[in-house]
Amino acid sequence: MATETKGLHYDASYIEKFSSSRGEPAWFTEMRKQALALAEELPLPQPEKTRIIGWNFTEFEHELESKAVDSLNDLPEYIHRLIGKEEQAGNLLLIHNGRLAYQSLSDDLKSKGVIFTDLETALREHGDLVKKYYFAKAAKLDANKLTALNAALVNSGLFLYVPKNVEIEVPLQTVFWQDHPDAGLINHVIVVADDNSSITYVENYLSTEHEGSQVANIITEVYVGDNATVRFGGVDQFTKDVTTYINRRSYVGANGRLEWALGQMNDGNTLSETFTSLVGDGGVTDMKAVSIGHGEQRQNFENRIHHFGRNTESDMLIHGVQLDKAQSIFNAITKIEHGASKSDGEQTQRVLMLSEGARGDANPILLIDENDVIAGHAASVGRIDPIHLYYLMSRGISRKDAERLIVHGFLNPVVSQLPIEGVKDQLTEVIEGKVK
Amino acid sequence: MAQPTLKIEDLHVSIEGKEIVKGFSLEIKGGEIHAVMGPNGTGKSTLASALMGHPKYEITGGKVTFDGQDLLEMEVDERARAGLFLAMQYPSEISGVTNADFLRTAINARRGEGNEIPVMQFIKKLDEKMKLLDIDEEFANRYLNEGFSGGEKKRNEILQLMMLEPKIAILDEIDSGLDIDALKIVAKGVNAMRSPEFGCLIITHYQRLLNYIKPDKVHVMMQGRIVKSGGPELAERLEAEGYDGLKKELGIEDDEVVEQEA
Ligand SMILES: Nc1ncnc2c1ncn2[C@@H]1O[C@H](COP(=O)(O)OP(=O)(O)OP(=O)(O)O)[C@@H](O)[C@H]1O
Ligand SMILES: [Mg+2]
Repeated sequence: MATETKGLHYDASYIEKFSSSRGEPAWFTEMRKQALALAEELPLPQPEKTRIIGWNFTEFEHELESKAVDSLNDLPEYIHRLIGKEEQAGNLLLIHNGRLAYQSLSDDLKSKGVIFTDLETALREHGDLVKKYYFAKAAKLDANKLTALNAALVNSGLFLYVPKNVEIEVPLQTVFWQDHPDAGLINHVIVVADDNSSITYVENYLSTEHEGSQVANIITEVYVGDNATVRFGGVDQFTKDVTTYINRRSYVGANGRLEWALGQMNDGNTLSETFTSLVGDGGVTDMKAVSIGHGEQRQNFENRIHHFGRNTESDMLIHGVQLDKAQSIFNAITKIEHGASKSDGEQTQRVLMLSEGARGDANPILLIDENDVIAGHAASVGRIDPIHLYYLMSRGISRKDAERLIVHGFLNPVVSQLPIEGVKDQLTEVIEGKVK
Repeated sequence: MAQPTLKIEDLHVSIEGKEIVKGFSLEIKGGEIHAVMGPNGTGKSTLASALMGHPKYEITGGKVTFDGQDLLEMEVDERARAGLFLAMQYPSEISGVTNADFLRTAINARRGEGNEIPVMQFIKKLDEKMKLLDIDEEFANRYLNEGFSGGEKKRNEILQLMMLEPKIAILDEIDSGLDIDALKIVAKGVNAMRSPEFGCLIITHYQRLLNYIKPDKVHVMMQGRIVKSGGPELAERLEAEGYDGLKKELGIEDDEVVEQEA
């Protein structure tokens, strides 16, 4: 039975109570209320070629119990392994069921003015700074029902701010961990690298309950200031019963650089948008994302890069593996606006089909409004090359293992780019688990 | 270890309905090095690929046994695990899979589960063989053949040969694209494998390689079968005369070859 999108279970008074229980500033409460009204009215997003009617975006528990963690050693093994062993462990946030459970930031970074905390705390302690970036230049609150819903009900989040001229070598890591069978993670991540700064940020989404009806509604805003660099790594790993809407958006200033490395490894239905806006002249983005669809999973990945500034460069690489009866749509849009002369936008999408019953669709779209540019696209949907299999098997490797090697190789562009060994290993393991 | 034997009897191979190998027979034993020479398009690579089990080639007749087992009944990977190796004329490029990971997987496939090669032992062996073949260390972490030059690919095939230690190896034009120094290095690698437990079939166009790897027997292949066998002196004669003299002597018309080239 196709369920209608149900009415929301929340009203303005609930929102006010929730907001005040978290000690939020008035502007934020106000925004929630406006967003709630919008959420009632606005339509769902309309992803190309994927029917999301009937997907559960609204049935979930909004307030969950969460437990602080005193020592990382108390964490379950699968979380513990994710966490960077040495230097990175110094800069870690663990968000458990939406609330801050563990936090550490090295004295060095603190003294440089780096802010790395959950959204709730950031709103209390750095409200004005959050206001400057929250649904400001990167994401729009009123884009659709789900963005508005996110703003109305946000119950989890992260705020990372790197001041001007601060360059950070070590990665900062956030783990968002859900372990409630009906969890609703309404999450908002803000990463700001002010002018001339540089940062590496890695986030892991992890849910560990399998029986229930869960929702993840995630908005991420990344601001890359002039001459700043952000390396953004993410591994999403929600279980089968989590319906995910994840919308990652970014704004890149003049000569800024943004590198995305995303492992999109959810087991449930997923609607993903990633958007990079190269606003200043000379901005560069390198986006890599890999995913696996399996079981009966339905996924839609829209990856979009807009060039506004002159001399901007983008390179997009999207690789997806399709198993079982999974269906995924990959839409890549590179848009070069009028005036963005001497820009270069390249995109490659490859979908590897490992089963007869799977479906995959890669749609490359170039929208060019300027003459003096270079742009290119490549897209393919295909099976493993039998000659490649033959070559590997001719060295004694079984067909199954040869396929596995090829799949790992196919997804390697993202795995090899992740800066934390534990996260790399985990992604490799997830891939292994899905392809077995 | 017993002396391995690859026995090919009256083999016929077709590709896309066209018969290419037409009654090829040869027995290769451990300790022996055989060379097969022959004009372009006579079916040398077809023979090699069919023996390895390439999916595009169809065996239409004949018999091949490997240590008494029916080779043609075996899957490609089973043939390899039984000890057959083919250094390919055109090796594949596999993106994202490092040379080292690939080699370790291949070695472990042969050793079987529970008997995996200890990592340190693997690294030591790899280092040693790479040094012998004068391959830069970084190649261990490069993706399998991706972006390798022609000569680098050939060297990488020999590296695999040395790491996997097969019983019988077929080297398909391992010398093509190699500069003279690389040729010597590759020959050194193959010679290092020589033992009563290792037999080898070298497919080549040039006698030069055979100066460095002395064959016991040289066979000339034309139109899908062996037309003449002899010792190393046969290769020298071909080098001097080309194939025309031999064709005349044997009364072979080369209309087929002409037809293929047309
Ligand atoms: N896919 C194919 N379809 C049709 N003919 C093919 C195909 N592959 C190979 N052939 C033909 O089979 C014949 C034998 O090819 P093969 O590669 O075995 O020759 P070779 O003796 O190894 O030649 P070379 O010395 O040039 O390597 C050639 O005429 C070739 O064109
Ligand atoms: Mg050939």
